[in-house]
This record gives sequence, structure tokens and C-alpha cells, in this order.
Amino acid sequence: MSKVEFNKETGPREVFCGLTSIVWLHRRMPDAFFLVVGSRTCAHLIQSAAGVMIFAEPRFGTAILEEKDLAGLADAHEELDRVVNDLIARRPEIKTLFLVGSCPSEVIKLDLATVAEKLNKRFLGQVRFVNYSGSGIETTFTQGEDGALKALIPLMDSSNEEKLLLVGTLANNVEDRFKKIFKNLGISNIESFPPRQSTELPKIGKNTKVLLTQPYLSDTVRDLKHRGCEIISAPFPLGIEGSTEWFLAAAKAFKINELKVHEIISPLINRAKLALESHKEILKGKRLFLLPESQLEISLARFLHNECEMDLIEVGTPYLNKDLMKEEINLLPDNTKIVEGQHVEKQLDRVRESNPDLVVCGMGLANPLEAEGISTKWSIEMVFSPIHGIDQAADLAGLFSKPLRRNQILTTKTLVTH
Amino acid sequence: MELTLWTYEGPPHVGAMRIASSMKDIHYVLHAPQGDTYADLLFTMIERRGQRPPVTYTTFQARDLGGDTAELVKKNIKEAVERFKPKTLLVGESCTAELIQDQPGALAKGMGFDMPIVNLELPAYSKKENWGASETFYQLTRTLLKEKVSSSEKISPLRWKELGRRPKVNILGPSLLGFRCRDDVIEIQRILSEQGIDTNVVAPLGASPDDIERLIDAEINICLYPEIAEASCEWLKRNFGMEYTKTIPIGIKNTIEFINEVHKKLDLPLTNKKELENKSKLPWYSKSVDSNYLTGKRVFIFGDGTHAIAAAKIAKEELGFEVVGLGTYSREMARKVRATAKDLNVEALITNNYLEVEDAMKKASPELVLGTQMERHSAKRLGIPCSVISTPMHVQDVPARYSPQMGWEGANVIFDDWVHPLMMGLEEHLIDMFKHDFEFVDGHQSHLGHTSTSTKDFLNSDEKEEKNSKEGIIWTESGRAELTKVPFFVRGKVKTNTEKYAILRGIPEISDETLYDAKAYFS
Repeated sequence: MSKVEFNKETGPREVFCGLTSIVWLHRRMPDAFFLVVGSRTCAHLIQSAAGVMIFAEPRFGTAILEEKDLAGLADAHEELDRVVNDLIARRPEIKTLFLVGSCPSEVIKLDLATVAEKLNKRFLGQVRFVNYSGSGIETTFTQGEDGALKALIPLMDSSNEEKLLLVGTLANNVEDRFKKIFKNLGISNIESFPPRQSTELPKIGKNTKVLLTQPYLSDTVRDLKHRGCEIISAPFPLGIEGSTEWFLAAAKAFKINELKVHEIISPLINRAKLALESHKEILKGKRLFLLPESQLEISLARFLHNECEMDLIEVGTPYLNKDLMKEEINLLPDNTKIVEGQHVEKQLDRVRESNPDLVVCGMGLANPLEAEGISTKWSIEMVFSPIHGIDQAADLAGLFSKPLRRNQILTTKTLVTH
Repeated sequence: MELTLWTYEGPPHVGAMRIASSMKDIHYVLHAPQGDTYADLLFTMIERRGQRPPVTYTTFQARDLGGDTAELVKKNIKEAVERFKPKTLLVGESCTAELIQDQPGALAKGMGFDMPIVNLELPAYSKKENWGASETFYQLTRTLLKEKVSSSEKISPLRWKELGRRPKVNILGPSLLGFRCRDDVIEIQRILSEQGIDTNVVAPLGASPDDIERLIDAEINICLYPEIAEASCEWLKRNFGMEYTKTIPIGIKNTIEFINEVHKKLDLPLTNKKELENKSKLPWYSKSVDSNYLTGKRVFIFGDGTHAIAAAKIAKEELGFEVVGLGTYSREMARKVRATAKDLNVEALITNNYLEVEDAMKKASPELVLGTQMERHSAKRLGIPCSVISTPMHVQDVPARYSPQMGWEGANVIFDDWVHPLMMGLEEHLIDMFKHDFEFVDGHQSHLGHTSTSTKDFLNSDEKEEKNSKEGIIWTESGRAELTKVPFFVRGKVKTNTEKYAILRGIPEISDETLYDAKAYFS
């Protein structure tokens, strides 16, 4: 392991809660509905993060707790029953309904598991109910996906068939690319979790080899292990290096010759390196500060340093699972400063002191930092854009070079006055 | 429990944030979990603010709940005061913290600070954003001025005469994330100043706690946005005798009435009464022949109370539209909106549910929708032109250019914003003439491209699959042929009315003649 500096920080934070992950989860599974049991704040949060207005009727909503629901839990359970009934009557096409716990529902100890169990009996054969918590007192941003996937595992049948299971939401086009490449490598039985249809859950067992596509799935990994799955240890498929190692790790698990992997992906790598050049030109030698939010920060830092030659000032992460991130951390340059957790004020002091060229941060902080003359990249874009894989390496770099390039355009005089 | 897919208003603590972020030298310590920090992006993204909202979130986690969350509150208050050195501290809690009852306001008051501390109790499970903003502004005003209550004599609106200076007023209510507040304030100050009236304080937008303490240097208050400022104006009236204005200066008639009201209150002679009509281009533009085509245009209005009521008045009295729907999401303003709706002979729609609004919109078959960003999306789906007149808003509702809603320039902006999505008068005339030519398609509604093919799907559904009505009434060939000749924007209405008439008369088949019978019956 490289000599990486680990720090922990606590204090006021500036991050999304796990409910936010509904924004991409509902798109991944178009036959599922996500019902948050929470407050007006929860509803407002999701619509603010997602720009819900463009949908006629989104496949997520909030059962907003009112004063009378707080008075008696029994009534709250009954009320939730009523809301679910109305919802299913209105949206008969829904196959899976996620009951999503929130900060208030956790604090009043609303028992969503029992509610889900009862509803499962009543709607047997029509709709399946699962529950998980996306509350901000337990989860940050992408951890919501971890909770949702973990909740689906008990519904997955067992099978001892050998298969490669890609775990973590991917953009559909990226998923297709990955499957094609794995097929070329000779792995034919490949499934994804979450699947594109909530009812088509993969079967799992001791011959399931799990390859993670996202770094924020600690709980899901633990439960998959309990079901006998083998977890392939690899860095994450961001950038050329990460993706290459990721393919190699999968090939190794399936006893596929390393040379074959290189043979298949080297044209991809050459092409990607070429595409990366123009971005590298802009990013090279620029100093990067990553604020914590998505848990993708460590992988991004690795990519931006190793492949785009950026200098890393600080790598924030809301949560660090050293075991899961071991392969990534090994690839980081020596003396990388990783900070787990946040004290947003102290961290912003460090941002200002270190005078970075680019800060990766949440949307709440981006304009204020820009106003101070610091270029920024919103971290939420990483979870909405197809950034995984060798083919997407240049696009990923582009997310970071764009603000710098724009800044350069706006601050240089290029046309003379005639 | 209420199922909500999209909400018009945020929770009440977001209202408090709007007040805190609008002001200077204020800090708000909010006892809240990390996810609540999303609210910062409303200010930094929608308003494009270059500063973070002055808010510290205590960020308590599940593991803190068993321990001492009160200590966490105190630690955050202490750090926030040391770092930001506010002149006044707001302390409150969001929905989750309300449940754990740490009473952060009381804790803050026990910490021995010199500055005034406002303890905000905003019930998150029964109230909403505008109420929270109003309550925060009221509590802040009360906290900063309550010591002066007993020593002060009642403020006469005529005091300026005794003092031998120009009359002074406060402009109360403008805030961040309010609709065009930034520009309304400039416009209203300009109008008042032309009349020889000085602005003492604008609050909360741009004000500091010192400014709030100076409110009583003015003679009267201008209550610009009752949603935010009415409670404070009432308190200032009760305790200091300060009168406040009731007219909202949106539209020509209301602007003139507003100026009259201010003059009357201050006993200031209005010398330029005649000139006022010519201050805005709206009256002449509306009178000019091209605007003939605006007559009777069917308009559907939904928004906050203040803007919806003002829009209804302008639509009916200043542009000659027909108001076919009026509503608000604001329960606090329901009474006023109902009264206006009654005057207009429509039923007021008071709801939080945008799907209900969309349904009402569909039924009313308007030619123009005036609403919030939500109605803009609904109207888009239905292929109806729309102009946004109220919060909740989007980044495009904070335009770079000067574009108030109030006063003379506000009326100009409104004329352009409402009329441009429609078609120009001459254009409509020509389209009417040539509409039977094969080049003509129903989408030819606006030169701005507001229509979509969904117009066809929505109003012309009878031409395809829906041959017969839901009630089993049959449309004959001649009936359907006649219906297609009806201008597409009223076709839905004509169809419904004709079917209603057929049911009423027990007519099983609708022919072209039935259509004309129904037309005569309903006219």
C-alpha cells in the first residue's frame, strides 16, 4: 500500500443524503416506484436535486408525515397503507415498490419492514415491497443505492451457475459495452445488479463472481458475501488504468489468460489515450481539491493524477471502507491526503489557503467558490453521466477540463478590434 | 399522510433561510441532519448567488441520537458565532430535529452571548415555506424592536410634516427566491421617489439587523408581498401605530391605486395624477388595434396568492382576456383568491396537487396559462402557451435584464411576457383566413414555437380512436366534421359542452345541428 495519509474530520457537512440516489435508481428500473416516507423537506430535496418538474408523473414521491401521523404510530401505519393503496390504484404498472425511510421516519421508528411485509401479503403476485433507509442521519448521497440494493438481495433466488455479476448502477450504454467486452474475453454469463427490470433479479450463489462497478456498496457487498458470492478485488472502472485492472481482475477470476485481455482491450486503450490527450494538456500540472460527496472521490483522484497528471491537494470522502478501496489506494501517489468526513468550514479554509485550480464539490458550494475565483466541477454530474470504462475515459476527463477551458476562454482576449 | 410527487413550497425552515440569506450580518444555526444542506443550492443555483447562505447545519447523525445532541448544537452555535460574528443569531430546527426536542433556541439563549437571538419555532409537519419566511421575519422584527415598544409614541403617518422633511416609508417583504423581488424594489423605490417619498428601509432583502431597528424612523410601511410581510406589518401597526398599504402595485390600475393609497395615508397631495396613465406602454399597447385579437382570450391562472390575484385583475381589466380558471397553492391566501374568483364567476382552485391543477387546466381549455414553473411544464405537455408569474421558480425566472412585475416597467414586462407566447393580431387574422389551405396545420399557433404536436393529441382525440363520448353518446359524421372546423384551441370545450347538452336533452347522436343547438344553448 502506498504511503497515503489518512485523516478524519467531523463537523457541519455540505452533502446530499441517501434519498438523492433515487434520482438515478428509478431510471435504472423503470418498473419500480420509490416512495419516501418522510417530510416536506424530503420531497423538496428530491425535486430540487432532480428537477422533477419535467416529468408528468415521476416514479418517485413522498408520503409526507403530518402532525397527526406523529401522534400515533398505529395511525401512521394505517395512513401509509392508504397512500400505498391509492398509489397502486393510480399506477398499476408498478412491479416493485420501494418504501424508503427518511430522517423523520427513522427517528419516530416507523417500522417500514413490517409495513412492507404486510403489503407483500396483500399484493402477492402483483407488486413486491421492499424497504430501506435513505435517511441523512445514516446515509450520504450514493449510500442510498447501497441500501436499495441490499434490500433486494433477499429477493434473489439461489443458483450455483457460474456467472459474472456486475454490481452498481451503470448507464445502459456503458453496461452494453462492458458485456460485449466480457463476451469477447470469453465470459458469456454476465448479469447486472440492479437489473433493468426490477422483477428480473439475478440468481446468486457460490459460483457468482461479483465485480463492483461503483465504490459505495459496502453493505451490498457484505450481504452478497453472506450469500456465498465471491467478490473480485479490483480498482473501479474509471479511466483507462482502473478499467484495465478491472477487466484483468475479472479475467483472472475466470482463469482467462492475461494476454487475451490485453489483446482485446489494447485497441480500446490506444484509442482512449489519443482521445485523452487534449484534456490532459489542460489538466496537466493543475492542482485539484476534492470535497467529499459521492465516494467516487478516491477513484477520480487516482484517474486525474495517474492519467491526467493533476496534482492532488486533498481527497475528501464522506466515508472510507479501506478494505473495499484497497486496490484504489494502492494506485494513489505517495503522500496523498485523504480526509474522511467533513467540517465544511475548516475544509473551505483549506481550499482557500491551498489555492487550487479546480475543486470538485456539491452544487451548494460551486457558485460561491466560482465567485471567489476558484473553478469547480459539481460532483453530482459524476453519477448522472456515463463515465465508466475505457471508452469513456476522455469523457470523464472532459468533465474536469471543461470548467478550466471555459475559464481560459473567458479570460483571454482572442479577437482584435478592427 | 399526504402523497406528494412535487411540492409548490418547501418546508418552513427554507422560508427562514430565505430571510437569513436575504439579509446582512445574520447567521442561522439550523439543527438538522446533513441532507438538509441541499437547500443551499436553491440560493446558489436558482438565484446564482455568489455567497453561501449564512447557515450552519448541526449535522447530527444516527449515532449522535443516543448521546448528547444538545452538546452538538451548542458546539455548532459557538463555532458559528466565533467564525461569522453575526449581529443577530437565528436558531431553529428542521423537521427531524423538531422530533428530538433539543430546543436549540433556548440552548443558545443560555450561552451568554451579547447579540440578540431569535428562537425560531417553525412547525415542519403543518406549515410550509412562505409561512416560515413570514414567521421568521416577524420574529426577527419583534425581537429587535420590542424594547422600543413602550417608550415609543404611536407613529402618525403625518409625522413627516412636523419633522419638516419628505415622508419616509419602509418597503417590506422582498426576499431571495421571491418572484422578481430584486427588480420590483427598484421600480417601487423609483415610483415613490418621483412622488417625493423617501425609502427608509428595504427589508428583508439587503437589510441588516441595524436596519430593522430603524424601521420606526419611517411613517408607514409598504407591504409589498403580504405572504412574507403582512404579519410584521400588523405587528408594527399594533405596537407602533404604523399604517401599511394593502394594494399590490402589479398592473396599471393597481399601481395607480397603490400610489393613491400611499398619498392618502401620508396626506400628501397627488399632483401628477393625469400623467400616471402614460407612465407605462401597457394601456396604449392594449388599446392599439393589433390587440383586438386579445379580446376574450381564455386564460388560466395559478400561483401564489398575490401574483395570481394581480394576474386575474390585469388579464380581465387591462388586457380584456377571459379568466377561465384561478387558483393558488397558498392556503394562507385562499380567502382572498376565493373572493377574486367569485368576482370573476369562476371556482377558485385551492390545492397543493399539481396533477389537480393540470386536470383543471385541461378542462378549462385555455389559450394561455399564467402559472408557476410547474404549470409551465403542464402547459407544455398540453401544447398551450404559458408565462410564469409566480414562485416556485427556476433559474430562468431570475433574468439578467431588469424585469420587474410591479409598477410601470412591470406592466410593460407583463404585456410582453404574456402576449408574446400568443400570436400577433395580424397573424391570427391571416391564419384564420387561410386555415383551410392544405399548408395550414393546427400547430400554427405561435411564431415562438410554443406549440407541440400534443395539442393535436389532446384536443383532437375525437378524430382518432375516441369516436364516441365516455357517456356512450355517438358522434355522427356530420357532427365530427363540424367539430373539426372549430378552432383547435376551443375544440375541447365545444366538444364537452355539446356532449353535456346532448346528455341534458337525452340526445343519443350528435350531428352538426346538435353542435349548433348546443352553441346557442350555452351562449
